[in-house]
Amino acid sequence: MNHIIATEKLNLYYNDFHALKNISMQMRPNTVTALIGPSGCGKSTYLRLFNRMNDLIDGVKITGDVRVEGKDIYAKNTDVVELRRKVGMVFQKPNPFPKTIFENVAYGLRVNGINDNGFIKDKIEQSLVQAALWDEVKDKLNKSAFELSGGQQQRLCIARALAIEPSIILMDEPASALDPISTAKIEELIYELKENYTIVIVTHNMQQAGRVSDNTAFFYLGELIEYGETKEIFTNPKDKKTQNYITGRFG
Amino acid sequence: MKYFLKKLTGKLIEGTLFLSSTVTTLTIILIVFFLFREGLSLFKHSPIEDGFVVAINSQNTVKKITSPQIMDIFDQEITNWEMVGGKNDSIILFRIDNITDYYTEEQMGDTLQHIPKLLSRLVDSIPGIVAFIPASYAGADFKGRILELDNISLRKFLTDKEWYPTAQPAAQMGVLALISGTLWVSLGAILLALPLGLATAIYMAEIANEKTRRVLKPLIELLAGIPSVVYGFFGLVIIVPLIQQVFDLPVGETGLAGSIILAIMALPTIITISEDALRTTPRAMKEASLALGANKWQTISRVTVPYAASGISAAAILGMGRAIGETMAVLMVTGNAAVMPHTLLEPVRTIPATIAAELGEATQGGLHFKALFALGCILFIITMMVNLTVEYISAKRKYSKR
Amino acid sequence: MEWPKNTERNKNLRQVIAFTSFKLLSYAVVMILFLILAQIIYKGISVISWEFLTAMPEDGMTKGGIFPAIVGTFYLVLGSMVFAFPIGVLSAIYINEYTKDSFYKRFIKLMTNSLAGIPSIVFGLFGMTLFVNTLGFGDSILAGSLTLGLLTLPVVIRTTEEALKSVDDSFRHGGYALGATKLQTIRRVVLPIAFPNIITGLILSIGRVSGETAPILFTVAAYFLPKLPTGIFDQVMALPYHLYVISTSGTNVAESQPIAYGTALVLIMIVLLVNIAANTLRRYLGKKVKMN
Ligand SMILES: Nc1ncnc2c1ncn2[C@@H]1O[C@H](COP(=O)(O)OP(=O)(O)O)[C@@H](O)[C@H]1O
Ligand SMILES: [Mg+2]
Repeated sequence: MNHIIATEKLNLYYNDFHALKNISMQMRPNTVTALIGPSGCGKSTYLRLFNRMNDLIDGVKITGDVRVEGKDIYAKNTDVVELRRKVGMVFQKPNPFPKTIFENVAYGLRVNGINDNGFIKDKIEQSLVQAALWDEVKDKLNKSAFELSGGQQQRLCIARALAIEPSIILMDEPASALDPISTAKIEELIYELKENYTIVIVTHNMQQAGRVSDNTAFFYLGELIEYGETKEIFTNPKDKKTQNYITGRFG
Repeated sequence: MKYFLKKLTGKLIEGTLFLSSTVTTLTIILIVFFLFREGLSLFKHSPIEDGFVVAINSQNTVKKITSPQIMDIFDQEITNWEMVGGKNDSIILFRIDNITDYYTEEQMGDTLQHIPKLLSRLVDSIPGIVAFIPASYAGADFKGRILELDNISLRKFLTDKEWYPTAQPAAQMGVLALISGTLWVSLGAILLALPLGLATAIYMAEIANEKTRRVLKPLIELLAGIPSVVYGFFGLVIIVPLIQQVFDLPVGETGLAGSIILAIMALPTIITISEDALRTTPRAMKEASLALGANKWQTISRVTVPYAASGISAAAILGMGRAIGETMAVLMVTGNAAVMPHTLLEPVRTIPATIAAELGEATQGGLHFKALFALGCILFIITMMVNLTVEYISAKRKYSKR
Repeated sequence: MEWPKNTERNKNLRQVIAFTSFKLLSYAVVMILFLILAQIIYKGISVISWEFLTAMPEDGMTKGGIFPAIVGTFYLVLGSMVFAFPIGVLSAIYINEYTKDSFYKRFIKLMTNSLAGIPSIVFGLFGMTLFVNTLGFGDSILAGSLTLGLLTLPVVIRTTEEALKSVDDSFRHGGYALGATKLQTIRRVVLPIAFPNIITGLILSIGRVSGETAPILFTVAAYFLPKLPTGIFDQVMALPYHLYVISTSGTNVAESQPIAYGTALVLIMIVLLVNIAANTLRRYLGKKVKMN
């Protein structure tokens, strides 16, 4: 078994609404998997399964299996906090905390009980370097994170996620609110991060999926229509719906 | 023609609507005008009530006397002219009622027509005299010297501690004790209400489920709807005796009683506004925290509350403003002693309570009346500053948070 | 990098402690409310009778009823609403429907909020100089009502504005699409939809006005006046002032205490009724809007 993430016959309901239908899918370590599909088809919902973000919503019901590193993360004895340390997340809109740049990156460490200031300092530098932000912010670590541009804020959020050393990073349309130059930077970053992390990225942008991902999954109305190597899906889709979508006929 | 009429009616209605919208502004302008006209006129006035004068012997070398000195003289705390910069001579007090000690009714005449002459003679004959007499008796041929007193000054008004607005001959108009009483009681109220209110706001906004919240919310509104006299009455029958027992005091009407009642009254304001502020924290921000492995409480204490900090401080300031302006409840439970408070376990008196308690007795247009309006001005200024601060904070919040 | 030791093993314990204390503190707030209500209802209920509500006070207000105070408060509420309700509603209509000038809007909003923040005793001072003295109304229902009306005006404006804002713009566009003028649209479409919410605001301000004491101290309230008013230039007794008087400065404070509890209960009943009415209206309304 070489799968770091796997779902098996997974169904998710928002009250009566059947949002994910019988999804079985596996992802290998150190790959980038893109989730694509028209708006409202369940991409975000699926992504948020892996760090149990859906738990926060009232009325969510889940059946089936979700495994991360082989463990059923919806089992009773799961430590959600521990899980979320292992599975980082980057959101659609940059959402830094109303704190300094330094404290933003330190946040994950602090809430996980790390108080060794030397370690925190080193870790912050390391994470910001990894997120390709260090050079731009190293002189203003004590400035508010809100002073950064949108693209910088998003890379700060990536650094923030990296600081707690996750093995998996979930990204929900991380570049959709950014300008093309910032987007290019984020994509470059994803490419570099792949070496050490498993990445699952939701994207609306076909070209982006094509550029950054190894595998692509196409969702439609809560169903997984097609999943395979990105090259395959883009050049030789098996399903008519997939073909329509990637050629821009709907969505 | 018909079209014209229709248009005219439209304009007329719009005009009426516009006029209605100006009423609040107009009211504020009128409040400022009437309040300050009456209140500021206090400072064009000497502390001696209109129609009266303080006269001394024309040979007396004393140049000037301040109004606290006059009070001390008439209270016989100052008994020698030396103590106020004159010659060594004891002071002899004279009030108009004392005239019978010196003259018979016969001498005064059937219609008391001789009094001015007699007074003039009396003041002239006693070197150490200080006489407080109606101004009408001290006409052109009055042989004594009329003491000139400085007008009441704003600085003295704000910094003196003595509040004896009806003292004769010279009123003592120091409001420092009242201002500090007001601030003490309100500050105490906020210190009590803020932790409780904030805890409730956090519970309602972040912890309780929707059902609990739907029960709590109207109850908090109810708390806000109870009239202040009812709070005052409750304080009087429950809190005041309780404080008296617990702290073993001679009286339970204390600053603390006021603070407790005001704290209860400030709770709904603090809870509602803080809750709204907490709710403005974007969901994404909370999710980011949780996604980093923070638990709910860490998220609340490190992200949600700091994000809402300015809104919460607006709530505290507004609560404080309400407490400062609250009248009836405070009037009923604080004991109303116009002295500088040292602890909250003494009776204190606030500005609004002073106005409410004394305005009924003050003569229309008199010194005391004016002084109470000046207190009203202070209250108005404080609450306006509170309002503007809160407006400023919330405008900034809206602006900075999209 | 070597991952240091987690020094915070008990963060979930902390959460449990924090949440439990917040819950308890919230319940404490509710307990305070219940304590006040319970005390006043418990001691007041035995005092309330038909006679208490309809008789004149007697024996230096230590016996008898509170009829004139009830009537006085009724007139004051009525008077202040007759004044504040139309002005407040018209003003809100102007701000929300007519003016596009956002500066003027902001200005009026600032003024309204400022007026709402002015302490009621200052309204008392103001009402006394303007209505009682300058305009020569004397201590009268008219002076008291106008003072209370100004005090409650911001409440009426705010709630009406909220009500108007909650009317979806599509209704307005619908009105215009049918060729109606702005005024017709407001009258026929917007106001009917906003109406229940406006009334809710009116009810709430009635609650507020009926309990205010400081503004009426020097504009209308009579210490003891065992007869009913015959015109708007008469003085009246009023419930909140009556409660203040008999609990602090009546002829015999101890002996009048039952009367005080009774009066407090009547005031509380008014507040309860007002809140229940407002909430019922709101809920009924919420359902109706959803159904449409
Ligand atoms: N909290 C929620 N409650 C109810 N339905 C939801 C909720 N979140 C999402 N949905 C529904 O689930 C479906 C999938 O949503 P989502 O996963 O956000 O789609 P995507 O990310 O692909 O645009 C949508 O139809 C959406 O309306
Ligand atoms: Mg999505």
